Amino acid sequence: MAETLKKRHLIPRIELANITKQYPGCLANDNVSLTLMPGEIHALLGENGAGKSTLVKTIYGVVAPDSGDIIWDGKAVEIKSPSIARDLGIGMVFQHFSLFETLTVSQNIELCLSKKQLIAIGDLAKKITELSKEYGLDVNPNRYVHSLSIGERQRVEIMRCLVQSVKLLILDEPTSVLTPQEVSGLFEVLRTLAKEGCSILFISHKLHEVTEICQQATILRGGKVVDTCEPSKETPASIAKMMVGDLAEQDAGYSKKVGTHTVFEAKSLTLPAKHPFGTSLKNINFDLKAGEILGIAGVAGNGQDELMAIISGEDDRNVNNTLTFLSQSIGNLSAGGRRKLGMAYVPEERLGRGAVPDMSLTENTLLTHSEGFVKNGLVQWQSLKNYANTLISHYKIKCHGEFSEAKSLSGGNLQKFIMGREIGQNPKVLICAHPTWGVDVGAALAIHQALLELRDQGAAILLVSEDIDELFLLADRMGAVCDGYLSPVIKTEDATIDQIGQWMAGTFIDTSSQHPEEAIA
Amino acid sequence: MDADLIVLVLFAAIKTGTPLLLIALGEVICEKSGILNLGQEGMMLMGAVVGFIAAYSTGNAGFGVLAAMLMGSFMSLIFGVLVLHLGANQVATGLALTIFGTGLSAFIGSDFVGHTVQGFQPIAIPLLSKIPYLGEILFNHDILVYLSFVLAVIIAYVANKTRIGLVLKAVGENPHAANAIGIKVLRVRYLAIMFGGAMTGLAGSYMSLVYTPMWAENMTAGRGWIALALVVFASWRVGRIMLGAYLFGFASIMHLVLQGLGVDISSNLLAMMPYVATVIVMVIISADQFKEKLLAPRSLGKPFDPRHMA
Repeated sequence: MAETLKKRHLIPRIELANITKQYPGCLANDNVSLTLMPGEIHALLGENGAGKSTLVKTIYGVVAPDSGDIIWDGKAVEIKSPSIARDLGIGMVFQHFSLFETLTVSQNIELCLSKKQLIAIGDLAKKITELSKEYGLDVNPNRYVHSLSIGERQRVEIMRCLVQSVKLLILDEPTSVLTPQEVSGLFEVLRTLAKEGCSILFISHKLHEVTEICQQATILRGGKVVDTCEPSKETPASIAKMMVGDLAEQDAGYSKKVGTHTVFEAKSLTLPAKHPFGTSLKNINFDLKAGEILGIAGVAGNGQDELMAIISGEDDRNVNNTLTFLSQSIGNLSAGGRRKLGMAYVPEERLGRGAVPDMSLTENTLLTHSEGFVKNGLVQWQSLKNYANTLISHYKIKCHGEFSEAKSLSGGNLQKFIMGREIGQNPKVLICAHPTWGVDVGAALAIHQALLELRDQGAAILLVSEDIDELFLLADRMGAVCDGYLSPVIKTEDATIDQIGQWMAGTFIDTSSQHPEEAIA
Repeated sequence: MDADLIVLVLFAAIKTGTPLLLIALGEVICEKSGILNLGQEGMMLMGAVVGFIAAYSTGNAGFGVLAAMLMGSFMSLIFGVLVLHLGANQVATGLALTIFGTGLSAFIGSDFVGHTVQGFQPIAIPLLSKIPYLGEILFNHDILVYLSFVLAVIIAYVANKTRIGLVLKAVGENPHAANAIGIKVLRVRYLAIMFGGAMTGLAGSYMSLVYTPMWAENMTAGRGWIALALVVFASWRVGRIMLGAYLFGFASIMHLVLQGLGVDISSNLLAMMPYVATVIVMVIISADQFKEKLLAPRSLGKPFDPRHMA
């Protein structure tokens, strides 16, 4: 007995040998090898485009590798589809959840199971409730997914893997959407799973999490394994260095500023949601001061999108006296009218809202810069091109030239372009959503510096981000949104991560202080 | 208005509503998988003409129905290849299918105009048809009407109670997620499209073999479009589709009834009743965007190609 147990531990759960995957114009995985033992929590690190996603999709059978072998429990296997992967005992929690909102939790889980598995389980709802208790995952099988918070949805995804008695669990940036409290809950679950012998492959950008929970780490850069390490013996800074090479300039923190005069103000902004899965805004009050960055934290889907849409004017409902710009009421102005006054906007969605995918960078520049480059109704193409080129060289945007289509740029480069374009208008107010989401360390640094420069020139900036570290780094004052309410706004020096985390979870919401008409709504 | 007339009107409403019901039952399955096929009118005409020719040549109406269903699914297969494999726009392709079907059916049917066939005869169901009033309204029809009752029950059951229904809903809501958990999205959509085509072909053969057992150019007169509206009217629910089909059927024969009663209204005005009803219902439904979005398949009309995923 002891002998077999020992033997079992000597055989890796999964071994990837020389996996290579070539996409047109990009070698996504170049001879990648990786070994995972049972019960090991292994981090897969790398900047965007380093090949992490391709590698896990290969393991999960979504992507077929060009060459290389996968050895599962000591046997060579070919994983041609996700259902084969699941039969082996591989489960995956996607970064963008693969849940169906109009179905219930147990229907969502049922869809992933084969008939055989379903018969073996019997009463699925009962099984879900049992597993919920066993692992401390609070999931109600009968609720509809659209009524669940992001954290709850992630628990459903994990539950989906648990129901199939998973042996290898892959998590793609699982913490990027969670509050700090939810993150520690997730880590508890992962540790319990690992103790029972489940291997975990953990993709993350957040290095302090990796050092906290992972025993091994593999670092990818440009599709190649550049390093492996034991995270517990490293610091976040040393791991960051391995990820980006020698370029890593770890941000040492920036000086905080106090704004001068109020440029923009929102007063008792209350707005019902426009669609069933949206969030209603409830009595939101804040002001933006010149030369200051106001940071708003919050887990996705708590009203950020709705807030950005109404401030930018994209949501064209008239909120007349609730929004003021330099003491002028702007609630009835169109998005274009607000831009003319000196408000610029960087939306969360880069392709489709921040830029038109099929248009060149030059043309995309024209979209928000029409004033200077149109004379007598004619576009001044030459000067427009020159300007686009200035943006490209100033922000070191990697592309073929000003004629490149927006969709051909990587996320980070496109974001640098959009930021540059908006900052280039010398806005008095810049509204900016998730500026470095999915952007690699180098580009994030450039974007941060551009924001701070703009602030120091006297602009008022509203920064909405899910990344708490980023907010603490950049914001001069901060608050959090939860369920459409905005928490009190305090100076960043006086804020703690714990405090903001609790606000993100809604502890500031005092139900008794609601207006009666809101309570009815 | 006496009881006999009411019975007659309701009987006719069911008869008139049946082709709408058949198309809408097929289209709702298609739309649940996320595909909007606007080619109903063209597929229906092709079903009607091919069904008529087959029945006329063989002397067997059953062959006609079979041929019409095959024709309908073949037409929808063309649509499927264009939309699913070649990534064509669903709306444009559907419209093209309608125009194509209208023209082609007129062309191949030109030699058959003016002929008649022996269609299906009404079958009174023993016992049930003896129920006063109800029996005459519901159980004195031809076999295709009974078939539509059975199909409605089966489709409602499959869509709401089985795994197939769950898969269909998943594919229509989020094809990317469905693909990621290993559902073959394209296969599901092909099957749904072809099922829809077969149902529309069946409805076409009902027109040319039962409703008016003859072929005339453009004889479906916009029923394919009304059926499309019916699916939205019913907010993608099978029970409501059945109710709506008969309601629309009733609206279509209203002008005959009122004329019979001697009401002095232009028959042209009354003939547009079902279309007006469609517009009003669409306006009412669209006004409540909240509900519409919860009920509609969320990826309806959006293309999905698994080969283009990174």
